[in-house]
Amino acid sequence: MRLADTLQFASGSLRGSPTRTLLMMLAMSIGVAAVVVLTALGEGARRYVVDQFSSLGTNLVIVLPGRTETAGIGPGLMSGQTPRDITLDDAQALLRSRAIKRIAPLTVGSATLSRGALNREVVVAGSTADLLEVRHMSIGIGRFLPEGDIHESASVCVLGNQMKQELFGNEQAVGQWVRLGDRRFRVIGVLAAQGESMGMRTDELVIVPVASAHQLFNTSSLFRILIEAKSRDYIEQAKHDAEEIMVQRHSGERDVTVITQDAVLATFDRILTTLTVAVGGIAAISLAVAGVLIMNVMLIAVAQRVKEIGLLKALGAPGRQIRLLFFAEAALLSSAGSVAGLALGYAGSMIIGQIYPTLPVSPPWWAVLAACATALGTGILFSVWPARRAAKLDPVAALAGR
Amino acid sequence: MIELQNVCRTFTVGDQQVAALRDISLRLDAGEYISIMGPSGSGKSTILNMLGLLDRPTSGTYLLDGGSVTELNDEQQARVRREKIGFVFQSFHLVPRLTAAQNVELPMILAGIPAEERKARVQVLMRNYGLTDRADHKPDQLSGGQRQRVAIARATVMNPTVLLADEPTGNLDRTTGWEVLKLLEGLMERGITLVVVTHDAEIGARSRRQIHMLDGRIVSDEQRAK
Repeated sequence: MRLADTLQFASGSLRGSPTRTLLMMLAMSIGVAAVVVLTALGEGARRYVVDQFSSLGTNLVIVLPGRTETAGIGPGLMSGQTPRDITLDDAQALLRSRAIKRIAPLTVGSATLSRGALNREVVVAGSTADLLEVRHMSIGIGRFLPEGDIHESASVCVLGNQMKQELFGNEQAVGQWVRLGDRRFRVIGVLAAQGESMGMRTDELVIVPVASAHQLFNTSSLFRILIEAKSRDYIEQAKHDAEEIMVQRHSGERDVTVITQDAVLATFDRILTTLTVAVGGIAAISLAVAGVLIMNVMLIAVAQRVKEIGLLKALGAPGRQIRLLFFAEAALLSSAGSVAGLALGYAGSMIIGQIYPTLPVSPPWWAVLAACATALGTGILFSVWPARRAAKLDPVAALAGR
Repeated sequence: MIELQNVCRTFTVGDQQVAALRDISLRLDAGEYISIMGPSGSGKSTILNMLGLLDRPTSGTYLLDGGSVTELNDEQQARVRREKIGFVFQSFHLVPRLTAAQNVELPMILAGIPAEERKARVQVLMRNYGLTDRADHKPDQLSGGQRQRVAIARATVMNPTVLLADEPTGNLDRTTGWEVLKLLEGLMERGITLVVVTHDAEIGARSRRQIHMLDGRIVSDEQRAK
C-alpha cells in the first residue's frame, strides 16, 4: 500500500466519524495551546527583565569599594585595615584601559533642596557629563553637566523631572537658582521623564558635578564607578583591566569589587528560562492526558470497526498494514490538533499582549516545536496498543463481528 | 490446483475441544466448480476459511499451486490472499463510508497499484457488471443485488485464481440470487476455480461437483456426469 493511499484511507475513516475526530482534535489542541500560551508568558517575563536591565546602560561594568569575600574574614580585618576609598583619580586612571570607552564616577547622598519657602529632602547624585551616556538618560530641557576638569566644583545642577514640577510647577526652571544644603546652585537642565528604572527614580534625582557633591557631603570617596566597555566583547577585558588598575593604585591590595551587568543579567536569564521550561512542562501534561484520550477513543474505534478490519485482512492486508493505518490516523489527528492548537495559542498570546502591552509576549520557537513534537509523539505512542490490537484480530472472528 | 491433506481444525470452547474439521483430504483442480453443502455446524464455512487462508489448520497441510502455504508467515499469507483468492460473503461486507467504486478499488489500493490503473480497471468492471450509474453511491443506497455485484467486482478485480463464496445468495431474494449465481458461474469462462458454500440443495445442484459434509467430515464427494 502506498503512503499517499494510506494517508487518504486514514483521513477517510477519520471523516467517517466527525464528532469523535473533532473531540480528539479539541483535546490535542487545548494541550498545544496551553504550552504555547504559558511559555509565551514565561518568555515575555524574561524579555521584560532583560529589557529593563539593558535600559540601565549597555556593556556596563561597575566598580564598588570593599571586597565581597566568600571565605570568612577578609584580609582587611586581619591586618587591621579598612578598605580604601575609591577616589576621583582612581576613576580617571581607569581610562588608561583600551577596553573602556567612558566612565562616570558616582557619589550619592541626601540633602535638603529648597527654593524660596519650598523645600524637601532629595537624593543628590554627583557625577560627570558622561553619566548621561553611560546610564542612558535623556535631557528634557537645557543641557546636562558641563564637560571639563573633573575636580572643578561648578555650582550647577540638573533636576529630575518630578523635582522640577514640585519646585517650579509650570514656570521656567533653567537659569533659576536653588539651594542645596548650604550652597546655591543654578539649574542648567531638566531630565526627561523616565519613570522608574530598576530601583533608581531618576525623576526625583538632583544631579550635580562630582566635585561639588564631595564638598557638599564633605567627603572624597566615590560610591560607584560606572564603566562602559567598548563593546560586548570587551566586557571581560574591561572588568579585568579595572581590577588590575585598582590593585596597582591601592598598593597591591584587592579591596574593590568589580561586577558586570552581564553576570547579573545572565542569572536572571537562567532563572526565568528555567521557569518557562517548567511551566511549559506542566502544560505538556495536558498533552499526555490528550494522548490517553486518543488511546481510549481508538480502542473504541477498533471495536466498532472490527468487521472492516476483518475485511481488510481478507482482501490481503497484512497485520503490519493495519497497524500502519491506525498510526496514520493518530498522526493525522495529532497534526491537525497541533495546527489548531498553535492557532489557538498564538491568538491567546496576542490577546494577553493586548491586555499587558508592556509584556513582550511571544512563544519561544523551541516551545512551539516541543509542543508539536510532544503532540505527535503522544498521539502515535498512545495508538500503539489499539493498533496492535487491531492487527492481531482473528480475521474469521472479525468478519463475523466478534 | 488446491490440495488439503489430512487437515484437522479444533476450537477450544471453554474447557472443551470442539473438532470443526476432522481429517479432511480434498483436491480441487483449476477451473472446477464445487459446491460444499451440509447443515450448519458441519464445518463447511471452516473449510472455506481454511481455503482462503483466513484460518490455519491445527494439523495437516494445505498446498496451493504445488507449494505449502501452511508455513507462510502473516505477510506472505496476506500476499497470497491478495493475489490469488477472492471472497464473496453472505452479508456483502462493503465498507459503508466508501462508494461502490471505492469499495471495488480497495484490494488494488492494498496491493499498491497506481491510481490511474486502478481507475481504469474499476471503470471496466463497473461497466461489465452494469454498475456504472451506481459507481458513486454508498452501499446503503444500493439494493441487495447491486451490493453483491459490487462485492463480486471487488473479489475479481485482482484476477484471482480461486473465488470463495460463502452463502452468496443467503441475503437475497430468489430472482436476484439466481442472477448473482449466474454472474459467478460466468467467471468460470476465465478459468477461475469457484467454490460455493450453501445449504440450499437447489443451488448446490448447479455445480458439477458436490461435497456434502457432516460433523466435520466429508460424507460424499460426487462428480456429476457431463
